[in-house]
Amino acid sequence: MNRVPMRDGYGKALLELCRLHDDVMVLDADVAKSTRTEWIRKEFPDKYINVGISEQDLVGTAAGLSLTGFVPFVSTYGVFLTGRGWGQIRNTVCYNKLNVKLGGAHAGISVGPDGATHQALEDIALMRAIPNMTVITPCDWWETYKATLAVYDIKGPSYVRFGRNPAPVITSEDTPFDLYKAAIFRDGRDVTLFANGLMVHEALTAADILEKEGISARVVNVRIVKPLDLDTICTCAAETGAAVVCEEHQIMGGLGGAICEALAQHHPIPVELVGIRDRFGESGKPDDLLKAYNLSAEDVVAAARKVMKRK
Amino acid sequence: MRHDLRDVCMQIRRDTVRSIYRAGSGHPGSSLSAVEIMATLYFTDIFTCFPDRPHAPERDRFVLSKGHAAPAFYSTLAHKGYFPLEWLDTLRTVGSPLQGHPNLQKLPCLDCAVGSLGQGLSIANGMALGLKRKGQTQQVFCLIGDGEQQEGQVWEAAAFAGQHHLDNVCLIVDCNGLQLVDSMAIIKDMEPMDAKWDSFGWHVLHVDGHDTDALYDAYGSAKARTDKPTVILAKTVKGKGVSYMENQAEWHGAAPDEAQYEQAMKELTTEVKA
Repeated sequence: MNRVPMRDGYGKALLELCRLHDDVMVLDADVAKSTRTEWIRKEFPDKYINVGISEQDLVGTAAGLSLTGFVPFVSTYGVFLTGRGWGQIRNTVCYNKLNVKLGGAHAGISVGPDGATHQALEDIALMRAIPNMTVITPCDWWETYKATLAVYDIKGPSYVRFGRNPAPVITSEDTPFDLYKAAIFRDGRDVTLFANGLMVHEALTAADILEKEGISARVVNVRIVKPLDLDTICTCAAETGAAVVCEEHQIMGGLGGAICEALAQHHPIPVELVGIRDRFGESGKPDDLLKAYNLSAEDVVAAARKVMKRK
Repeated sequence: MRHDLRDVCMQIRRDTVRSIYRAGSGHPGSSLSAVEIMATLYFTDIFTCFPDRPHAPERDRFVLSKGHAAPAFYSTLAHKGYFPLEWLDTLRTVGSPLQGHPNLQKLPCLDCAVGSLGQGLSIANGMALGLKRKGQTQQVFCLIGDGEQQEGQVWEAAAFAGQHHLDNVCLIVDCNGLQLVDSMAIIKDMEPMDAKWDSFGWHVLHVDGHDTDALYDAYGSAKARTDKPTVILAKTVKGKGVSYMENQAEWHGAAPDEAQYEQAMKELTTEVKA
């Protein structure tokens, strides 16, 4: 399968936004090569600002730019943007509902050898808890591209999260994309595999394996974590009666938390969670880490078998 | 005296104490030290603003970074005509546009709103950069506390403004010398402030923060600078105007009781007649 880094989709979208809109500005905290904002620095130097290694100032400066009518796209590693910049994101950007677009790069454990300090595994929880925030976790580079274009049209803050390494390309330029909808990528009757980010690919692979066992698994790409597409999620819960949620994030507070909160209130069914289980990551090759931290298709299959028994 | 702001400053002080007394909470000390700093902006010709068109692109900007001085800021805006004076009595109550610390969604006439210390200068820089990019010549004023300089973000922003020669930024530091628990000198002394700001590429001015003529001249000097941002180190008295609050850290964030309120109003009345 063809593999392309999701961050390439972010850079490609920013280039396009810079061509289309005079009001777009791209802000960086000195990681342009990592986030692909390097492409903007070269092609649109007037639209690129490197504030230096200063994440709090990064978010605050973007807030000020938004108040003079610009649409700032702000990116650095997700762990630093949402961690060091959280107070600024909450109290300045979200509380005042400013039009600031956040891009969290190097998301998940698949960042790899840099180790736990650089692996954003709590960013969704941190962003999802703040009012006025829209949170998106695309599944591949095309979706990262489309999501980055789409958030330009939101009047308010957003957080798009994307990974570092070449990731399976499971959609195409022509795949339908509605930012506010969870998308059914594969139909099935017995269990729903809700997933986002890299884990959509693992869920699709898991569905293939489950089919051979006679289990019909539905795969739903929940790229928008907030606001959650309640209609699609509850319909899937009603039609399949069991679910597994798969994400490259702590099982606390991420997509798993969001779906459990929704289902517990609207349509309770058995749910199993595939994600990082309340621990830090470590250095390693991305694929080795995904296996070691139980984020492979086999782990999704095991969770599906388990949840089926609870139906 | 070129601009006689004594009456309006007295009104702002009275409003500040009254609204905090009615709310039963608030930050009188930090509000009272900043009265002249804000009044000199809003009630002279130095600061271009349009209360009937608060978002007019040709306005100068003001960012209150020490958001806990909101009572004095709200009174300043109300007297300027941004909203009815009656709103001041709703401070800190459910449904009020006047939150304990300002919010843009509830009070859209603001240029910006800050509640968490240390965040305002970055926002002011972003505004200043945005205005420059648009070819606009407006000035961005930002007010922080001296203790607020203990926040690291202030220095991230200080370096940014110096690096980008943001000559359309004027920062005012309300140097009342006291913070919540004790004096700044005892907790984490930020002196020498002038050397710090100078080394970050700023034009540094010292003024008496209760002398409206001196403030006016300093603001004019900031506007005239075309090479670097300006910081005005404004020496003030925390709790200025209410005898028992002056230079007392404990009045950083406490509401007066009824007797204290009445005494404060008596003192503030006496002074306006003098």
